[in-house]
Amino acid sequence: MRYNLSYLKQLEAESIHIIREVAAEFERPVMLYSIGKDSSVMLRLAEKAFAPAGIPFPLLHVDTTFKFKEMLAFRDKMAADLNFDLLVWTNPEGLANKVNPFDFGSAKYTQIMKTEALKQALEHHGFDAAFGGARRDEERSRAKERVYSFRDRFHQWDPKNQRPELWNVYNAKVNKGESIRVFPLSNWTELDIWLYIKFESIPIVPLYLAKEREVIERDGVLLMQDDERMELREGETLTKKKIRFRTLGCYPLTGAVESSADDINGIVQEMLLATKSEREGRVIDYDESGSMEKKKREGYF
Amino acid sequence: MKKDPLIDQDIEAYLKKHQAKDLLRLITAGSVDDGKSTLIGRLLYDAKVIYDDQLEALKADSEIHGTTGTNFDPALLTDGLIAEREQGITIDVAYRYFSTSKRNFIIADCPGHQQYTRNMATGASNCNLAVILIDARNGVIEQTKRHSFISRLLGIRHLVVCINKMDLVDYSEDVFEQIRTDYEDFAARLEATEINFIPISALEGDNVVDRSEHMPWYTGAPLLRHLENVSIVSDQNLIDLRYPVQYVARPHPDFRGFAGTVASGIIRKGDEVLAMPSRQTSRVKSINTFEGEIDEAFPPMAVMVTLDDEIDLSRGDMIVHPNNLPRLDPDFDAMVVWMNDNPLEVGKVYTFKSATTTVPGRVESIRYAINVNTLHREQQSELTVNDIGRVSVKLQKPICHDPYSKNHTTGSLIIIDRVNNLTLGAGMIIERGTPATKPATEVSKATEPTSKNIREEASLVGAAARETLLKQKPVTIWLTGLSGSGKSTISQALEERLVQSGQAAYVLDGDNVRHGLNRDLGFSAAERTENIRRIAEVARLMNEAGLIAISSFISPFTKDRVGAKEIIGDDRFIEVFVDTPLEVCEQRDPKGLYKKARSGEIKGFTGISAPYEAPESPDLCLDTTRLNVEACVHAIIAMMQDRGLIA
Repeated sequence: MRYNLSYLKQLEAESIHIIREVAAEFERPVMLYSIGKDSSVMLRLAEKAFAPAGIPFPLLHVDTTFKFKEMLAFRDKMAADLNFDLLVWTNPEGLANKVNPFDFGSAKYTQIMKTEALKQALEHHGFDAAFGGARRDEERSRAKERVYSFRDRFHQWDPKNQRPELWNVYNAKVNKGESIRVFPLSNWTELDIWLYIKFESIPIVPLYLAKEREVIERDGVLLMQDDERMELREGETLTKKKIRFRTLGCYPLTGAVESSADDINGIVQEMLLATKSEREGRVIDYDESGSMEKKKREGYF
Repeated sequence: MKKDPLIDQDIEAYLKKHQAKDLLRLITAGSVDDGKSTLIGRLLYDAKVIYDDQLEALKADSEIHGTTGTNFDPALLTDGLIAEREQGITIDVAYRYFSTSKRNFIIADCPGHQQYTRNMATGASNCNLAVILIDARNGVIEQTKRHSFISRLLGIRHLVVCINKMDLVDYSEDVFEQIRTDYEDFAARLEATEINFIPISALEGDNVVDRSEHMPWYTGAPLLRHLENVSIVSDQNLIDLRYPVQYVARPHPDFRGFAGTVASGIIRKGDEVLAMPSRQTSRVKSINTFEGEIDEAFPPMAVMVTLDDEIDLSRGDMIVHPNNLPRLDPDFDAMVVWMNDNPLEVGKVYTFKSATTTVPGRVESIRYAINVNTLHREQQSELTVNDIGRVSVKLQKPICHDPYSKNHTTGSLIIIDRVNNLTLGAGMIIERGTPATKPATEVSKATEPTSKNIREEASLVGAAARETLLKQKPVTIWLTGLSGSGKSTISQALEERLVQSGQAAYVLDGDNVRHGLNRDLGFSAAERTENIRRIAEVARLMNEAGLIAISSFISPFTKDRVGAKEIIGDDRFIEVFVDTPLEVCEQRDPKGLYKKARSGEIKGFTGISAPYEAPESPDLCLDTTRLNVEACVHAIIAMMQDRGLIA
């Protein structure tokens, strides 16, 4: 059928529509840039939404100081190549107190360096809309998230009091201090993301691809010692393994998987044949079930 | 877990195949215990999209929240939020994603409580199909009717009624048939749409993915098979170009791009277009995408258009074709679903957002509310939460709009509170203008639908229902050619042949149009253009009524035929060039007109003293010097059969 768009192109068009609505209706939008694969797709969609013009809003990276070095290098290269306006924010108190996941625990560290830092950055710059790369298929509580997710003055999400959202008509009205988190990738699945990266040749951080890397095994999780701040515990040794990461975040909290997938076809193949979901590698979710919803209520993206 | 063997053997081929699939968006609706979550869990589970770790988490949860004892409880896969897991019920729309080898699916899982009508409307607004669940033990209940009505109200054309828990009624055909009859009695008042009935047991998996061994009397497809095969391409409106401008990009002084999503119709490079509401015309200079320029764009593509001229056009405005305009009016009627605890107040100022336009306005009156259980109209002075009613809206400035039945984008709106910014309601425009409330002094152009006395009741009958009734896809066979080329003879023979074989067809020609509808028109260039425009509008109406229209006019100018095509729609306009050389026509000269033209008695005669612009790429070309009438008719019929228009 000549006038029938394939589903991936439909998703693309839907996302572009959302991104343009935000650019048109909000005073100060920002795109959260986490450097991961979803962010990479979202960035490409933003480019597409305004081409041949440039992206009319800045990108914000919340730097927890524990991101993989390769991620930071990739971020800076993308900002230079695509010439977008990159803002970087680190929680100054957290930085002063050297808040880290080893001494403070993953929950507190994430709260201070991610959740609080994000709120600070949004308030500091006065952003009234922030794009995030979250997808509804990631986790059960996300399945009910709106595309435009309203946050009160305290950045809190009230799942019982969400605005109804019909068609592609989005309600962009907020009072001062309130904001909207916008999720243009809401309807994408993990497979869609990889397919899009493949067919659109979107650059991604090489850590997604399998390579011989030095890892340690801690509490059943394979971790990379990206710098000396992560000290080896007694009995731990660095061993070379062919590994890759299914998601990217803070290196002490992000588990690797052993894999031989060194290209996108391989990744997708492993994913489709896999028996575990993608968030499995994230230490942050190890708490009790429903933890993501609790974090979101508190303002986590 | 069974996986597609291609994943292992040829991943590249698998991905290419997957990427080309289409997308079906569906909602599931039913009452609290009808088993929606169980059904979705079953679909996800049987379609192999549940990971082991999710299944592990599920097992842990089952011990705390499970409602099926020690059995596998698929419902827990979808009941996401803590609050609802504690209550054991779904309270908000949740979206689920899965794919089969044929199609990708997005499911909006809609809650069944009476007080959550708003969620149902939300979920339904983006869907092609609704799965309505009925508990076989309870049959058709009030909520079944409510859910079906809302699905239709939101424009869903395909309904699948799943009669669930068949295992609890001994898989009885009688029970199934009784419920089916009850539903059909009720659905007659919904104005027909495509309805299918499937007996299932979501918990046991009967007729969900695989055919049930317990119900050999059911010969239809299992649910998943049906979802994979139902055709949704014809639901698209490719006829009326509506391009709401979303964002204007101006990277440098030489480029002014109008970014937008094509809501309906097709926009092409070089098209003559009109900007609404400024009514300035221009041409499409380019259609830009990240990948470069393209020649045409169709729904739901998101593109960036540039125009030849600097005209007044910004966000909230609309690009359309000059011959096919939306209504531009501050007044209209809409069916409203009210979604807030504070009732809709007549006269209060709200913010209305439709497509990319946001305008303050008020509801002037509530014409009636609909009792969704009986579908009766009731007089009500206010609409409270979960009420549905027809209201008259008056905005502070006119907006471009169409009836929702024709266009979901330009026919829909949301109502926003001006103080707390909440989305209070959603509306579907059902009528152009309110009657007799305005002085009829406004001058209107012929092509502009502004008469305040025209009431267009949006038809609830879908094109699909008419196609089924008449067993044909309505099109317009547009014959063009010189006077004496054989158009009339062919068209009449074609009409006769179609009617004889049971098709509903009608010929439009000079005899029945020029003497009535168009008797005020002469033969100047402008009047000829208007003549063709009116004929095209009539043909479109006939097509909408389900009829095959056969138009038999010289229609010498390309631009007029392009205009007709715009009105009738690309996929319904079939151009047939009756290609008879001038010498042959002049030889035939059945009415002696060529003789008169040669002698100068008739001026501006096509072929002699006025040009005939032959079609460049007609759908069919008939050379009457080689084909007799019967062969010409045969060629047209064969083409119609090839395209699946008639059997």
